[in-house]
Amino acid sequence: MSFLEVCDIHAGYGGADILKGVSLSLREGEIGVIAGPNGAGKSTTLKAVFGLLHVSKGAILLDGNDITNRRPQELVRAGMSFVPQEKNVFPSLTVLENLEMGAFVRRDDYGHMIERIFDFFPPLREKAHQPAGELSGGQRQMVAMGRALMTEPRLLLLDEPTAGLSPKYMSEIFEHVVAVNRSGVTVLMVEQNARQALAIAHRGFILASGRNRHTGTGAELLADPEVARSFLGG
Amino acid sequence: MNEIVFFINKVLVAGLVTGSIYAMGAVGVTLVFAILRFAHFAHGDLMTLGAFIAFALTAAFPHAGAIFGLPTAFVMLPAAMALTALLAIWIDGRFYRPLRERGAKPVVLVMASVGVTLMIQGLLRLFAGTGTRSMFIAERKDIFRIELPFELARRKIVITEPQILVILFAVVAAISLHWFLTRTRTGKAMRAMSDNPDLARLSGIDTQQVVRTTWIIAGSLAAAAGTLLSLDVALKPDMSFNILLPIFAAAIVGGVGQPYGAIAGGFLVGFAEVLSVFNWAILLRPFRPLLDGVVELPTHLAFVPTEYKLTVPFVILVAVLVWRPTGIFRGKVI
Ligand SMILES: Nc1ncnc2c1ncn2[C@@H]1O[C@H](COP(=O)(O)OP(=O)(O)OP(=O)(O)O)[C@@H](O)[C@H]1O
Ligand SMILES: [Mg+2]
Repeated sequence: MSFLEVCDIHAGYGGADILKGVSLSLREGEIGVIAGPNGAGKSTTLKAVFGLLHVSKGAILLDGNDITNRRPQELVRAGMSFVPQEKNVFPSLTVLENLEMGAFVRRDDYGHMIERIFDFFPPLREKAHQPAGELSGGQRQMVAMGRALMTEPRLLLLDEPTAGLSPKYMSEIFEHVVAVNRSGVTVLMVEQNARQALAIAHRGFILASGRNRHTGTGAELLADPEVARSFLGG
Repeated sequence: MNEIVFFINKVLVAGLVTGSIYAMGAVGVTLVFAILRFAHFAHGDLMTLGAFIAFALTAAFPHAGAIFGLPTAFVMLPAAMALTALLAIWIDGRFYRPLRERGAKPVVLVMASVGVTLMIQGLLRLFAGTGTRSMFIAERKDIFRIELPFELARRKIVITEPQILVILFAVVAAISLHWFLTRTRTGKAMRAMSDNPDLARLSGIDTQQVVRTTWIIAGSLAAAAGTLLSLDVALKPDMSFNILLPIFAAAIVGGVGQPYGAIAGGFLVGFAEVLSVFNWAILLRPFRPLLDGVVELPTHLAFVPTEYKLTVPFVILVAVLVWRPTGIFRGKVI
């Protein structure tokens, strides 16, 4: 049975629908990658799944429960975390405080989680008491992912975690995503660098103009000549 | 020497007192802006309201202060702060929250707060009249005259009990605020929401709780500032008219949304005010023998006549908006 099931959702920002029927399905423990051209509705899909937009038609199921149009705060409690594409840290808060804010919904002792995130992203340990706004792009992305992991989510939504990063940082972030996934977290991520992302994906979804265009395993999509021609730059 | 004592009394003491009051008002304005993104024009009236609540409690228990050896209104301050905080939350729920939930633009909320101003002023005049009142009902204001251990200083440093209380209270409030914002879960959530409200929401931060906390801090500090100002001077129903401009100037000078900036801005505006109405001729008096025959010293030499004190924050406000709209601490641009 699938862990996340998005069935034919329609959603927008108040005006005309941007998503005109998007469907996704992920099993527990998988990495799903959403790719597609600019303005295809990739970010919009993640926002709709996370309850940041009103879904006017269709349904979203998490582990069999209907979570359509639930508030983000409830979804965090239900085991979801979201790292937005931009503005994904609190710039004037220190790295440590950013992580603490990720754990806002937790009332138990989460000290071990902070330690785990510092072990996972070693540069953050040194910068623990620096404002997150002063870090480099790659380190900010680590803070953003760390913040989202503080709740020990079962499903992590990532919107272009490698946007604007140098190739070195980019592969580092991909490695981190794989490592997070290996620790048991289901990941749904949007990626511009579709080739690299599909290489680590169990499932791939290529969207265009607010609809599914191609769906398959990562390997299938990489092997599909049409996908390669239209979406992966030959 | 006497001149220096005069300077201490008229500038140092007066500046600290005025600055403390402005700082407490400006922190509220700046926090409301940081969290709710609108200029809360009814803030001055929240101060008046708090002062009237303290006055009513003082009238109800006029001898309570004697037990602690403090002015009764000061003893009543915690209760007045709590009640004003509750009223601020109620006002928000009644007038501002419905607008926010409908996605109103900030300027609509500003207008709503002007409406709240008029409403509070009307209600206060309806129930309390327009006269000036003393916060000291069954007691007298203690005045301390501190002698200086210098032979030349015949004048004494004069400071009243309310003035000491204002300064001490502001120091305690500033330290508590710092502790709250940097050490507590809700305080950090408040800074997070000021930084990035969307990310705060999707991190699972309880934004309603943050909004309530903001009104609790803003409302109780407003009540404290209003009550302490009335203790120092007198309780007037039109207090907000004179205080609104300086506290907004202080909040903007300090960088809107920056609580430490608002504190600095409060003292900056407070000292600017007392320095510009200070009679500098007094300080020049010792040099009179030297200047004799060169220039005639006027008896009064101030930058601004006392009646026009309100122009000082206005000029500061305009200057900041022209030269550094983000304020000293790089706040949000309105
Ligand atoms: N906040 C918003 N309000 C209104 N329209 C929006 C908003 N955000 C995005 N859109 C519109 O929705 C459409 C899809 O945008 P979306 O951000 O989902 O694209 P994307 O696939 O993530 O593209 P990119 O690769 O550029 O991130 C675009 O036409 C965009 O103009
Ligand atoms: Mg996007």
